[in-house]
Amino acid sequence: MLLISCPNCGPRDETEFHYGGQAHVAYPEDPNALTDEEWGRYLFYRENPKGLFAERWVHSSGCRKWFNAVRDTATYRIAAVYRMGETQPSVTGGAK
Amino acid sequence: MADLLPEHPDFLWRNPDPKPSYDAVIVGGGGHGLATAYYLAKNHGMTNIAVLERGWLAGGNMARNTTIIRSNYLWDESAAIYEHSLKLWEELPEELEYDFLFSQRGVLNLAHTLQDVRESVRRVSANKLNGVDAEWLDVDQVKEVCPILNTSDKIRYPVLGGTFQPRAGIAKHDHVAWAFARKADELGVDLIQNCEVTGFVKDGNRVVGVQTNRGTINTGKVALCAAGHSSVLAKMAGFDLPIQSHPLQALVSELHEIVHPTVVMSNHVHVYVSQAHKGELVMGAGIDSYNGYGQRGAFHVIEEQMAAAVELFPIFARAHLLRTWGGIVDVTLDASPIVSKSPIENLYVNCGWGTGGFKGTPGAGWTMAHTVATGEPHPLNAPFSLERFVTGALIDEHGAAAVAH
Repeated sequence: MLLISCPNCGPRDETEFHYGGQAHVAYPEDPNALTDEEWGRYLFYRENPKGLFAERWVHSSGCRKWFNAVRDTATYRIAAVYRMGETQPSVTGGAK
Repeated sequence: MADLLPEHPDFLWRNPDPKPSYDAVIVGGGGHGLATAYYLAKNHGMTNIAVLERGWLAGGNMARNTTIIRSNYLWDESAAIYEHSLKLWEELPEELEYDFLFSQRGVLNLAHTLQDVRESVRRVSANKLNGVDAEWLDVDQVKEVCPILNTSDKIRYPVLGGTFQPRAGIAKHDHVAWAFARKADELGVDLIQNCEVTGFVKDGNRVVGVQTNRGTINTGKVALCAAGHSSVLAKMAGFDLPIQSHPLQALVSELHEIVHPTVVMSNHVHVYVSQAHKGELVMGAGIDSYNGYGQRGAFHVIEEQMAAAVELFPIFARAHLLRTWGGIVDVTLDASPIVSKSPIENLYVNCGWGTGGFKGTPGAGWTMAHTVATGEPHPLNAPFSLERFVTGALIDEHGAAAVAH
C-alpha cells in the first residue's frame, strides 16, 4: 500500500485516497472548434509513461481536497506532492 | 507414476540468434505474440519472421493470468471475436499436438442485485442471438452447478442467480505458450529471447527495422504484441495509444482436494475463482487504481478480494494463501482491445486487452496475423481499430461483459 502525503493532512494510507489519472489536462478552450481527432485525443488519450508521472489524487476520507503528485510508475515512489494550481515541481530520476 | 508421463523433449524450440533481416518482426513473446507468429506461418505462409522477447517467452501476463476462457460478451463485435477465439481453443490441443489441459467446465457469472439480474438476463439473450451458449440460472440451479457456493440470503450481497456458459473453462497457461512456441518454431519462426527493442528504424512514415540490444534488425513489417508496455513501444515508434497501464493482482492457495467444479466470477463483490487441476484455488483481484508498471500491487486489494471469496465460499476460509503476484494490464477507455493498423505504415498494434487477454490469445493471433499479412484488418478485428477513438464507435464492454473490472 502506498503512503501518500496529503498536502493538508500529511502522510496517510492509500486507502484514504482516490486516483484521478493524469494531471494538468485542461478542458479545451473551445470544444466546438476541435476536429474529431482533437476531441478524440482529449477524451481518450492520456500519457502512460513508465517513469515519472504527474497525476491527481483526492483525499476522500480526509480533507476531501484534490491535489497533484509526481510518482514513478515503475517504482511507485512518490517524488513530490503539490496543491492544485501550483506548477509541477521539477524532479529528476525515476525509472527509464 | 513418472513412467506414465510422456517423455519430455529436451527443448521445445531452437534458441537462434537474430538474422539481419526478416519479412516481419513481432515484438513481445507472450501468448499473443506467439499465437500471431503461429498463425502468420500457418495461415499466411510467412515463415521468415521472428518474435523478439525482452525477457523469456511467456514470462509476462501469460504467466500471471487466472486462465479463464469464455466468450459471453454483450456486444456483437466482442461476441464475434471472443467466440471465434473460443472455437479455436476447442481445436487447438489437437492442432498443436499438446494437451494443455483445456477444461470446459463452464463459467458462472453471479448476480447479486436486481440490476445485476436485469443485465445478466439481457446478456444471455444477446449471447444466444450471437450463437454463444449461455443460460440464466436461478439460485437453486446455481447451487446445483456449484454446490460449495454460499447461496443463503444471510450474506451482505446474496446470490440472486447467475449466467452460465457451459463451453467456457480454463487451460494451463504456460503449456499454451509452449504449444504455440513449439509449433511456430517447427514452421520456421525464430523465437529470440533476451532481445529488447530499444527503437524503431523508419523511412519517412514507414517502419523498416527495429533496434535491439542485439543489433538492428531490418524488417518489412512490425507487429506490437506487448500488452502492458504497448504505450512505451508506441512512444518509441512516434505515436500514442489510448491506453493506461495498471497493476492487476492474482493469487493461489495451497493445494486442496478438488472441490470447485466450475469457474465463478462475481462482478459485484469482485472476485473470480477456479480450481486448477493440481488443486490450488486460483483467484483474481481488481486492478490497482493507479497507473503502474511495477508488476505488483497493494495488499488491501488482495484483502478485499479474499473477503469476497470467503463470503461466497465459506469452505475456503481456512485455506492458506501460497503466492500472490501482479501483472501489468493495458486498459482502454471502452474495455475492448485494439487490433489495428497504426499511424506508422507497416506497423500494427495488438493491445488493450486489459484484464481479459488470455481468453483472446488465439483470436488475437488469428486476426493480428491476417492484419499483418494482408495490411488490412480481418472482419473480426475491423471494429477494434484505433479509429474508433475518433469516430466514437466504441465497443463499450465496461460493466457490460460480465467483466469484473
